[in-house]
Amino acid sequence: MTDRLDGPQTSRGDDDDVVARGGSPGPDATHETSETTETAARKAAAFGSSGNLGPSPKVAIYFLLPAFILLGAWVVYPIVYSIIRSLYDANGGTFVGLENYGAIFSDSGTLTTIRNNLIWVVVAPSLVTVLGLIFAVLTERIRWATAFKLVVFMPMAVSLLASGVIFRLVYEQDPDKGLANAVITSVHDVFAASSGYPGARPRENDQAPALVDKGAVVTRQPVQAGQQVLIPLVGMKPEALPSDAAAARSAPATPGGLSGTVWLDFTPGGGTVNQMDGNEKGLPEITVEAVSGGAVKATTTTAADGTFHFAGLPAGTYQVRLPQSNFTQPFGGVTWLGPALITPAIIGAFIWVWAGFAMVLIAAGLSAIPRDALEAARIDGATEWQVFRRITIPLLSPVLLVVLVTMIINTLKVFDLVFVIAPGSVQPNANVIALEMWRVSFGGGGNQGLGSALAIFLLVLVLPFMAINIRRFRREQA
Amino acid sequence: MRAKTTVVVAGLMLAAAACGGQSNETTPSASGSASAPAAKSLAGTTIEIAAKWTGDEQKSFQKVLTAFEEKTGAKVTYASTGEDTGAYLGPRIQGGNPPDVAVLPQPGLVQQYADQKALKPLSTEVQTQIDTNYTPYWKSLGSAGGQVYGVLVKAAHKSLIWYRAPAFDDAGTQPATTWDELIGKTAQTLADSGTAPFALCGASGWTLTDLFENVYLSTAGPDNYDKLSKHEIPWTDASVTTALEKLGQIFGKKEFMLGGSSGALQTDFPTCATQVYGQKKAAMVIEADFVASSAVQSGAKVGEDAKIMPFPKAGDTAPVVLGGDVAVAMKDSKGAMALLEYLASAEGGSIWAKNPGYLSPNRNVSPDNYPDPLTKQLAQTIISAGESVRYDMSDLAPSAFGGTDGKGEWKALQDFLRNPKDIKGIQEKLESDAAKAWKK
Repeated sequence: MTDRLDGPQTSRGDDDDVVARGGSPGPDATHETSETTETAARKAAAFGSSGNLGPSPKVAIYFLLPAFILLGAWVVYPIVYSIIRSLYDANGGTFVGLENYGAIFSDSGTLTTIRNNLIWVVVAPSLVTVLGLIFAVLTERIRWATAFKLVVFMPMAVSLLASGVIFRLVYEQDPDKGLANAVITSVHDVFAASSGYPGARPRENDQAPALVDKGAVVTRQPVQAGQQVLIPLVGMKPEALPSDAAAARSAPATPGGLSGTVWLDFTPGGGTVNQMDGNEKGLPEITVEAVSGGAVKATTTTAADGTFHFAGLPAGTYQVRLPQSNFTQPFGGVTWLGPALITPAIIGAFIWVWAGFAMVLIAAGLSAIPRDALEAARIDGATEWQVFRRITIPLLSPVLLVVLVTMIINTLKVFDLVFVIAPGSVQPNANVIALEMWRVSFGGGGNQGLGSALAIFLLVLVLPFMAINIRRFRREQA
Repeated sequence: MRAKTTVVVAGLMLAAAACGGQSNETTPSASGSASAPAAKSLAGTTIEIAAKWTGDEQKSFQKVLTAFEEKTGAKVTYASTGEDTGAYLGPRIQGGNPPDVAVLPQPGLVQQYADQKALKPLSTEVQTQIDTNYTPYWKSLGSAGGQVYGVLVKAAHKSLIWYRAPAFDDAGTQPATTWDELIGKTAQTLADSGTAPFALCGASGWTLTDLFENVYLSTAGPDNYDKLSKHEIPWTDASVTTALEKLGQIFGKKEFMLGGSSGALQTDFPTCATQVYGQKKAAMVIEADFVASSAVQSGAKVGEDAKIMPFPKAGDTAPVVLGGDVAVAMKDSKGAMALLEYLASAEGGSIWAKNPGYLSPNRNVSPDNYPDPLTKQLAQTIISAGESVRYDMSDLAPSAFGGTDGKGEWKALQDFLRNPKDIKGIQEKLESDAAKAWKK
């Protein structure tokens, strides 16, 4: 700014300026002001009053003062105070040195937040940038580019908190509520229909004639050919039975064969356990196996009244088994909000919000690329991919870098999406530094010393990227 | 016309404010006299009371205030603190302009404000009322450093199991009176009938601490409960093991919980109430009296299909765990003490009880005052539990341990729900977190 105000300058003055600035890449307000005064004074001395076209140093200070005060009150003072506060304990009364910083790296919960932040920084900004680039390049070629851009950019108009609420619903486990699982389960069900009796199981007591063994239902006692086998099951609603299910009845005894009944042994308000009470229904279409010596000797399925019958079975003892395939649970979709997938799920929401922003920035950069370079490459016989890879991307790289660095800073301070999307029980797994900082200092933790330490830690993480950004702006202006 | 009315109203308000200022100056001299507030003795006094209640709760409370005004002639203004009482009171205390009386949502705040010297000790008249109407436990809960500062004026009943009567009818089962009956018979029968017995709200950690507190109070008894509340016995104590084992009887059985433990951990409050009464997927939800509003929103009728059973006995004690609000005096004025005396009395409590949305911890407020049979039933459990009624333990703990999402007790119990086999590991985690929180 001073350069422009001062107008024509000697090359010596210019050089000094650059050196002074190169030495201090950070937004150091104090330095900047003193530097301004200094250079201005020096120039005034060099040129005399006639050579100085800019305002006097006094006026410059007056003009800078408001900005200086605001910066001091809202940026410098809070940072300095946070540093001081981070050296004190929860009550702010006792000086504890670097103990709070030690706590950050010794608590496993906080280490998880650092790990999560790392995942965020590695994954989210690059995905957003790549997606933004793809969208931007593609929209260059389509007819309804503006409409498409509008749609992709739309999520930016929604606050992050609201996006969080939306995605909490999208990721809901119940396919009736959660969009993601609704899509996945309906696709899944097209290829693999669910089996008949999820949840059905024998009663859990020593009197029950059947028990669960490795997911299959087996008879407790070995049975002889010619015997009647009763397999009472519970744990299902009668309404969930197929409509053709008939009242259960004992299978007619056949000499030499093995027969029995599989039925739903539950009558509201009691009924006799392990007996068919007349209105209890049989379970049709259940696969039944007769097992002997670990090998399946015969297989059959039950009739509408739940009866089954193995004919012509050699004499001997058998175990009757209803294999697990009868009872597989319906596919319930993916547990997005569980501990394993929570961070990827939230990153998904983040990409949804920011991809449009990246696209718009990159599209702007794209339109500024000199067309003749692209044309020249094409005339020289480059394929479209080569043009994209060798010409477009290098020319776009300043814009891509801006997007990437902005996104890195955004992901480092991500807060609201995690806070809203992760249910309370998985928040420790999804936690990030900014959220932990808030929780420790205000959201119940009540330890603003540790909170300040976390804030400073976050600041230290963000600083290099800020520096990169500022340096780059400088270079562009030069 | 409208403009004129506004001016008149504004004028009245100014007059009232002026009166208030005046009376505040005169009260300190008056408070020296030891005489009990007689009828109309407070004419001209203005008292400000701050509480978090809004809507119907506020309406019910204002009826009590009106009765107090009619009795004493004082003028009481109500200020709503919003959800975060601490955030409202903090600046007013620092600014030297606190309300005369404040209603704190947690007894822990009594200690905190007493440390800040923001509270005034209760007068002997108020203490007499507390002695007649409350058990010594409540008196100690409202005390800090040997001084009595607060009185529990409104209770939330946390020892309840809400159930869906049609689900019980379909399964042919009855409410249980003991824990073993609940697990072995009621829940098992429901599971056999194809309905998930419990909808747990595992994503809201406080619902799990409430469940634990009930089981612990019942199995370990009130004395151990008090010790554990103050962290005088460690969380690795055998009594905690017993209580966790009981919880494991639910947590360890996936057919007992809607969606298994993974489903329970993704369900927050009040979604679990909706699962029982709206989606009709489960039969019981274990939470406090305020489930009623969620049940009504889901279209259930309280008392018909939405019914309650007292939390069954898991040990020797029938557990009654209360949450609730503590009224404290922030100015040592005659009006403030008179209002607190009235709120602590059976008289004030009875008027309050006749209005909806209120449950009194006062043992001399007759259950017959309550407008609906459900609240009457709740009040009876409080009175019959007598000396063994306890306050919500997690609310008595430092909030870093008992009141923060993803930390301390909330997290440990969620981990336990995820992996109910590792009781020892959970106890060690609880103990190390508790040690950290109490050290501060």
